[in-house]
Amino acid sequence: MTEHVATNETILVVGGGISGMTAALEAAETGKNVVLVEKNPALGGRTSQLYRYFPKLCHPTCGLEINLRRLKNNPRVRVLTLAEVTGIEGSTGNYTVSVKVKPRYVNENCTACGDCGRAVETMVDDPFNYNLGQHKAAFLPNAMAYPQRYVLDPAIIGTPDADKAKAACKYGAIDLDMKEETIQVKAGAVVWATGWQPYDAAKIQPYGYGRFKNVITSVEFERLADIHGPTGGKILRPSDGKEAKNIAFIQCAGSRDENHLRHCSRICCMASLKQTHYVREKYPEDGKSTIYYIDIRAIDRFEDFYQKVQADPSVTFIKSKVAKITEDEHGNAVCHGVDTEGYKRYTTPHDLVVLAVGMEPSVKGINIPGHIVADSSGFIEADPANGAVFGAGCASNALDVNRAVQSATAAALRAIQVVNKVAKAEA
Amino acid sequence: MSANTALAEKYRNNFLKEIEEQVEMGDWVKMCMQCGVCSGSCPTNFQSAWEHPPQELFMMIRAGKREEVLTSSSMWNCTSCYNCIVRCPRKLPITHIMHGIAEYAHRLGMAPKMQPTRFFSGLFWKNCTHTGRVNELKLSMGLYFKDGLGAGIKEGMKMKDVAIGLLKAKRLNPFELFGGHKCKDQKGIQAMLKKAYEIERSRKAAKMAG
Repeated sequence: MTEHVATNETILVVGGGISGMTAALEAAETGKNVVLVEKNPALGGRTSQLYRYFPKLCHPTCGLEINLRRLKNNPRVRVLTLAEVTGIEGSTGNYTVSVKVKPRYVNENCTACGDCGRAVETMVDDPFNYNLGQHKAAFLPNAMAYPQRYVLDPAIIGTPDADKAKAACKYGAIDLDMKEETIQVKAGAVVWATGWQPYDAAKIQPYGYGRFKNVITSVEFERLADIHGPTGGKILRPSDGKEAKNIAFIQCAGSRDENHLRHCSRICCMASLKQTHYVREKYPEDGKSTIYYIDIRAIDRFEDFYQKVQADPSVTFIKSKVAKITEDEHGNAVCHGVDTEGYKRYTTPHDLVVLAVGMEPSVKGINIPGHIVADSSGFIEADPANGAVFGAGCASNALDVNRAVQSATAAALRAIQVVNKVAKAEA
Repeated sequence: MSANTALAEKYRNNFLKEIEEQVEMGDWVKMCMQCGVCSGSCPTNFQSAWEHPPQELFMMIRAGKREEVLTSSSMWNCTSCYNCIVRCPRKLPITHIMHGIAEYAHRLGMAPKMQPTRFFSGLFWKNCTHTGRVNELKLSMGLYFKDGLGAGIKEGMKMKDVAIGLLKAKRLNPFELFGGHKCKDQKGIQAMLKKAYEIERSRKAAKMAG
């Protein structure tokens, strides 16, 4: 990867998840220079935190690997990790973007051998696993992290642990003097692909997330199922480590709710249907899934996926939005509500309750430098007032991986048109 | 033709439209997406008298079950705890709709006559508008004797310890049974209520005719 000087023919892509990577690669493969800015120490975003994709149930490593290979082969993409955009000045075809780059304390000499991780003793929360577990303060962000380089947590800088890490490194890769810096990047167009965040389930007060240990979110459940997750791929209850075999999935946890998220998050129904496969995979004999739903929105061509899950005897569907969750003396999460089919009240204990939390755009509440037109949920709209700042992926709508890639390709095309005009004007 | 038959004729096969036009907040009924959070959150849902939870009532309205909805005692069981309003994902004012349907059923004379909430509401209104003050003794006695003398004495005996306690604490004056205390300008209050009643009646009559 060569470093190139950013000009106003450069496309800046903010966010290195599946959308940002796609937009960056699509633009770079047409010959444009791209700067890809990622907040985390590694690319891949929330896609890399999934255990499997729907509908084919393949591992996201596969799709990401293809993109990472394209990225490694393309000298036109410059990747900045641990970097955040703090300001955008200028207008279409001529932006100056301020990017704050946090120190990694590890330089490109790193071979990911792991000696520093073994030397360090301090443990810190592991955001890749949604803080369900901890990892060493010198760590590889995830198994297929790109760049494949360790990171030192700022918490150990200035402590003996940092010196231990430095001493353990055979390659001189640890640089404890790295400082936070702000750099200016020129760009003709900006693709805003900052993705989504799971809706804060603690705000849905009657569900007791945060109060009851065995009420977790769908994104946390992905980590429990993953072999690289905190339980090594076993579905265990957070409260007592017992095998969770009777699992409830609650749809529209936050979505389609005027008190929380106004929009349908679109992916959660498919995600829960997919996650019933995890339950069956881990407990083929006696795993049981119960889906509490308002209506199942298996979007687009996924109706057959829904029908297959419906035919599965280990999965029960209950047409009802759960009104309240309590905890019984065994630590079970108990769902209370009224079944719309027959209007019967139920009080049903489950080993584990998974809240299919909605998608909140990451841009919501964040002051995107410049003026961005967003819809009532905070997703970026395609509006001429946005100039050459284009929303892509989940920054623009609640999308699954497939649609996010389509959206990112479209955004890349818009950005390409802008920098083409700039190039013509300058020629 | 009575008001009931006239309106039934007007909205034949379109009970939802009738509710939308005639019932306070009735235009919200169509917004229900049948998620069931209101029913699950309803504290009275455990009672056997709560025949149809709100979301079922809304579905019955849409299904045109006019007779069953209007003669139901379900909406009269609402305690106005507002749990459903707080939690409804579509922000339906469910408590108000319950009261609206109850009031409409009452207006048409279809509400169950001896349903305790309905009976008590009538009793309370008569009681407090008569003198401009609530006469608690007459009010509670009226409720006890709702189902006749025998049942009233039985109910009263059940509460006798409370009543004696109230007497001792001077919170219950037995002489209230004869007349009772009044507000200063009884005629003024009654004139005001009469005017308000006329305004309301003409508004509702216009709605029902229109």
